[in-house]
Amino acid sequence: MSRLELRHVRKAFGGLDVLADISLIVGAGEFVSILGPSGAGKSTLFQLLTGAEHGEGEMLFDGAPLDDHGRHFAFMPQRDALMPWRRILDNATLGLEVQGIRRKAARARVAPLFAEFGLAGFERHFPAQLSGGMRQRAALLRTVVQERDMLLLDEPFGALDALTRTAMQRWLEQMWQHHRWTALLITHDVREAVFLSDRIYVLSARPARIVRELKVPLPRPRSLGGDAARQASALEAEILDIILNPNPFKGHDHD
Amino acid sequence: MVPVGLLLLAWQLYATCSGIKPTILPAPSRVFEQAMLNREALADNAIPTIRATLLGFACSLSAAFALSMLVDFFQPLRRALFPVFIVSQTLPLVAIAPLVVLWFGFGLAPKIMLVALVTFFPMLVALVEGYESTEAEIGQMLRAMGAGRWRIFMLARLPSALPYFFAGLRISITYAVVGAIFAEYAGAAKGLGIYMLNAKNNFRPDLVLAAVGVSAALTLVLFGLTVLLQRLAMPWERTGKAIAGKGRRP
Repeated sequence: MSRLELRHVRKAFGGLDVLADISLIVGAGEFVSILGPSGAGKSTLFQLLTGAEHGEGEMLFDGAPLDDHGRHFAFMPQRDALMPWRRILDNATLGLEVQGIRRKAARARVAPLFAEFGLAGFERHFPAQLSGGMRQRAALLRTVVQERDMLLLDEPFGALDALTRTAMQRWLEQMWQHHRWTALLITHDVREAVFLSDRIYVLSARPARIVRELKVPLPRPRSLGGDAARQASALEAEILDIILNPNPFKGHDHD
Repeated sequence: MVPVGLLLLAWQLYATCSGIKPTILPAPSRVFEQAMLNREALADNAIPTIRATLLGFACSLSAAFALSMLVDFFQPLRRALFPVFIVSQTLPLVAIAPLVVLWFGFGLAPKIMLVALVTFFPMLVALVEGYESTEAEIGQMLRAMGAGRWRIFMLARLPSALPYFFAGLRISITYAVVGAIFAEYAGAAKGLGIYMLNAKNNFRPDLVLAAVGVSAALTLVLFGLTVLLQRLAMPWERTGKAIAGKGRRP
């Protein structure tokens, strides 16, 4: 059952084509990644989904045209976008406050989740007092408590150091196993996409089009050893080959 | 404090050893002695200056805040209004102060106006640039959450402007004192400015310098207050730095 469906979505800024032709679907409870080189227009796609920009083509949610406000989505931007002047607890409740929920009720809803997100005891801290990984977990907490239909994650771990990033990917995979959010992840990290996703759309350089759609047939929970790891490596190599040796005459070549 | 102390010491030594007349260059000790002897007159003249400074500054703050919001919500206004404000900053105070006194008399009104004139623009620029400093991603995220322009302003743009606001405040408060004194210099019944003018005309540089000392102290106190206010209004700044200083921040 598809929740989000994009049909031939295009976007140009001035005369510059950023998105040439994007068609994709995201099913209920599915984790889908959009993988592409930097500057390919991946973030532009999220701007269209959240209503910050308008493009051509069809965007459907549960079969109905998407309205401008993107109220179906909880959006997590590239950097954590935590407000330095708000304590972690108040950052976490931000989305609920915007929805018009009273601060006290919002806090009551968020508070029990702090332990699961590894933030217990840090409710009263300011973002500057937290490590990069903790900040990202706080940002994800702020995103998921909005209880929207779908998560939009825009390179959520791009700003972290390599070790923290790996730890966060593992943690997110575990969290996803438990919650089964419908999620669309933007990334340029091949390993991250393979490790987290059910399916991957590979984007070309700008103007972006989808050059390949791949299923990730690896069992969950995703492991880092044994057969699965070898399979993952093969898949990563295949994707890298697609991205680094683009063939413009190949066009749309779906698996 | 050490450089100030050394400077005073050098001044003291020069004034006493060179035999220069106290009506030309009084020693700091004499300035201090005369300040103590005339403390009632100095305090009496400091009060109108403080009043003009604070009232003028309050006026310019309110105006700058209201206009900064207007400019933030209606961007075309920025292009229309900013040239006018920039021109207002190029007016030489020496020429404007006597005119304003001529038009509005020796009372409080022209002082408030001149203080407001010199402090308004720095505050407006600080606020407008502060709003602009809001992280683009925070704006995008709030829009995705369904927040309208007013919510985004209150939740993100206004708090983002706080560091800029306080930087502007620290600069403007020193301008404000100078502006008030200048306005009084151009014509007043009472105030540090007119006190300085009278002392100069009576060949009493010691009293001029005593009044300068009072105005410097006044400026320092006001400056300290803005720093204190910033600490109270922005507690996250302190905690962030404190932790970073201990090396616990990765």
